[in-house]
Amino acid sequence: VCVWGQAEPLNSNGQNSLLEEEEEEEEEGEDLFTGSLSVPLVLSLSRSLSLSLSLSLSLFPSVSLSLSLSLSLSLKATEEVSLDSPERDVLLSDGPSPVTPPASLISPHLPHNHLYTHCSFDEMEEEDTPDLFDISILVSDPEKTSMSLFKSPQATVRRRFSDFLGLHGKLATRYLHVGYLVPPAPEKSIVGMTKVKVGKDDSSSNEFVEKRRAALERYLMRTAKHPVLLKDPDLLTFLECSELPRALSTQALSGAGILRMVNKAADAVNKMTIKMTESDTWFEEKQQKFENLDIQLRKLHCSLDSLVCHRKELSVNTALFAKSAAMLGNSEDHTALSRALSQLAEVEEKVEQLHQDQAGADFYLLAELLADYIRLIGSVKGVFDQRVRLWQRLQDSLLLLQKKRDAEAKLHANKPEKLQQARDDIRELEGKVQQGERDFEQISKTIRKELFRFEKERVTDFKEVIIKYLESLVQTQQQLIKYWEAFLPEAKAIS
Amino acid sequence: VYFTITLSLTRSVSVDLNNDTALIIDIPDALCERDKVKFTVHTKTTLSSFQKPDFSVPRQHEDFIWLHDTLVETEEYAGLIIPPAPPKPDFESPREKMHKLGEGEATMTKEEYTKMKQELEAEYLAVFKKTVQVHEVFLQRLSSHPILSKDRNFHIFLEYDQDLTVRRKNAKEMFGGFFKNMVKTADEVIISGIKEVDDFFEQEKTFLLDYYSKIKDSTIKAEKMTRSHKNVADDYIHISATLSNPPFNTGPVWCRFPQKVEGRVASDQELKLTELLRYYMRDIQAAKDLLYRRARALADYENSNKALDKARLKSRDIPQAEEQQQLCLQKFDKLSESGKRELTSFKGRRVVAFRKNLIEMAELEIKHAKVMLTMIYRCLFDNAYAIMKLALNVVTSRPFP
Repeated sequence: VCVWGQAEPLNSNGQNSLLEEEEEEEEEGEDLFTGSLSVPLVLSLSRSLSLSLSLSLSLFPSVSLSLSLSLSLSLKATEEVSLDSPERDVLLSDGPSPVTPPASLISPHLPHNHLYTHCSFDEMEEEDTPDLFDISILVSDPEKTSMSLFKSPQATVRRRFSDFLGLHGKLATRYLHVGYLVPPAPEKSIVGMTKVKVGKDDSSSNEFVEKRRAALERYLMRTAKHPVLLKDPDLLTFLECSELPRALSTQALSGAGILRMVNKAADAVNKMTIKMTESDTWFEEKQQKFENLDIQLRKLHCSLDSLVCHRKELSVNTALFAKSAAMLGNSEDHTALSRALSQLAEVEEKVEQLHQDQAGADFYLLAELLADYIRLIGSVKGVFDQRVRLWQRLQDSLLLLQKKRDAEAKLHANKPEKLQQARDDIRELEGKVQQGERDFEQISKTIRKELFRFEKERVTDFKEVIIKYLESLVQTQQQLIKYWEAFLPEAKAIS
Repeated sequence: VYFTITLSLTRSVSVDLNNDTALIIDIPDALCERDKVKFTVHTKTTLSSFQKPDFSVPRQHEDFIWLHDTLVETEEYAGLIIPPAPPKPDFESPREKMHKLGEGEATMTKEEYTKMKQELEAEYLAVFKKTVQVHEVFLQRLSSHPILSKDRNFHIFLEYDQDLTVRRKNAKEMFGGFFKNMVKTADEVIISGIKEVDDFFEQEKTFLLDYYSKIKDSTIKAEKMTRSHKNVADDYIHISATLSNPPFNTGPVWCRFPQKVEGRVASDQELKLTELLRYYMRDIQAAKDLLYRRARALADYENSNKALDKARLKSRDIPQAEEQQQLCLQKFDKLSESGKRELTSFKGRRVVAFRKNLIEMAELEIKHAKVMLTMIYRCLFDNAYAIMKLALNVVTSRPFP
């Protein structure tokens, strides 16, 4: 069964341009769940089915984009609700990338939903360079796309944490300053890594590694979802090449690291002193909105941390109670009651495991998502700042130009020989000003596009995670019912 | 924040304890002011020893304690298990929360504050219900006991329509009570040390001593578990409050119900499990007290035997010694006989109570989990429905099978 729809309302000239400046942020006041995406509802379970559906779509060029939303509502024992939100930008034309050839219309909606970077953690290799962070992670990248950018549909490579940081560094320097939202890489943690390196095989160091693995996976996914970043040669090498040159200057306390810190501090100071006269209220609004979002996300993250902590506590206390109940059952001299108490102890033990798993879901699904977004908003702020910086540079150039022009006027009267030089200078400066204006234009345009994409992605991201979380809750509750229903006859058997 | 809670409970009398229809007691309502609770004790009786067939009196917690202590100190009842005194109403936990709420009021949104206040009120109510129940059970245990129900002080407690304060312990007596308690704990050594002649009591002694320590441990662990559960429920309040504001603006969707359900799971667990364990821990202490009294009587008897032997040796005061010995023996026999009866019926009572509560707890857990599931499905369906609606809005001529 499938129902076709349109991705979004067409504007007046029938075009569906994502670069719209007057794009309404209609999803703002809306429930997270309903974005402005109208989707064809495919009540099927497999991706391959949706694949073939998009094929036929290309025959209807007037329908601009296809989104196939696989929402299987089967009420079987295991409730599978997967919400694959594919990409929509078959016709996305943005800036530097070449026009995507019609062939890619046939490829399933884009790299994004089939490009899943699946990190599986296998083993840890202790290498003897203590400064870098040694984790060996298998990244398997089963791409079923036939995009010409990738050499093969599937690739597995081994990467170290420092490699990820190196990649991020390269992407950041290349793209951040022109306004693209480069997803931030996971942070280093000296404490965490030292514990791991020391070779402790306890649960906290395992947790740390798992947390990091999951973070890196999300990082890569998010980076790969970005249409521009995906085409970056460095990213492609990262994903495909079996041997990568060791990334230097990623160490926290290296020279480069310290330089980065100094630069960050300098930037922060600069930000405080620049006062930009905003000609475009759109940017002002957006900035305000992001400030607000930042605050709310942090608050939410805090509450979630508390939830995870308390649930872990609950798990521990349940385990303690289970043991105590078992002892009580042993001590009880009435046979049936004794058995019932032992059963109770068993149930509580199982329940404890459930609580632990639920805490895991709370954390990995919700808390980490929020943490990611809080860091992403950091990128957003960075990009806004970059724009302000460009504006500042432009202003400086303009001022300088004005000064030179004034000077030239004076020279005209007094020293004709220096005139040529002055004129040359002015011409050069004019060129600079023009470039500066172009840059400013460009970055403003890019930012608008990026933010638009960010908003859409945020909605789908949150939706996906919430659905997964609800699934985890469903799982827990079903198990609870099973356990207590098994216990009930035991309790009734007490005579 | 100042709370005045008047609770009107329409309560069904608990089946196991009010078997004797000649005397039916319940606490239909209570008033909570500032932490002082005033219970209304209502009696319905067909016994002629009472002046009226149906009457109510107001009583405070301290009146219950007075009643309990007089029963314990009554020599005649030494061979009985005196039902444990109800614990003092403990509003510590909600009071702490109230404090925190007052402090954090500035930083919270209005919605969050309202929700937390609601939670606080619910918790106050829960503590309140608990304390009413436990006071009621105390009276009902007395009324269903063949001997204790006839106690004069008990009748006074039920009937006397003036303030009982004048009859309650004065300071001197209180001290006496404390001293007695101290001596008693030292005498636990006596119980375990005494040579037991009777198999039944030997078994009971071993069992009760061991069981007491286990159930005490279980009570503590159960308390911790329930408290953690409540913390989790509270966290959901904050989360749902943040989510219902911009920029998330989630509707009455996914975070409100985990909070409600988890909260109920926590409080039901407390009522059925933790309270059960707590009550029987105290009851077992009362049974231990009985054993102690009997052990004391046995020690007295043995002493009197020694005294008799000594008297016979010295050929002096033999009749007194014989009389003393007889008295001690009688007392000991009486205690043993009634003790055996009491302990047997105690076991039966305990098993019945555990069965009832465990069944109810399991049923409630299942019920809550099902409720949670239903709401999750509803949530998913609501959103699938919303998505479908959007899709259908722009459907082409393609039929929807």
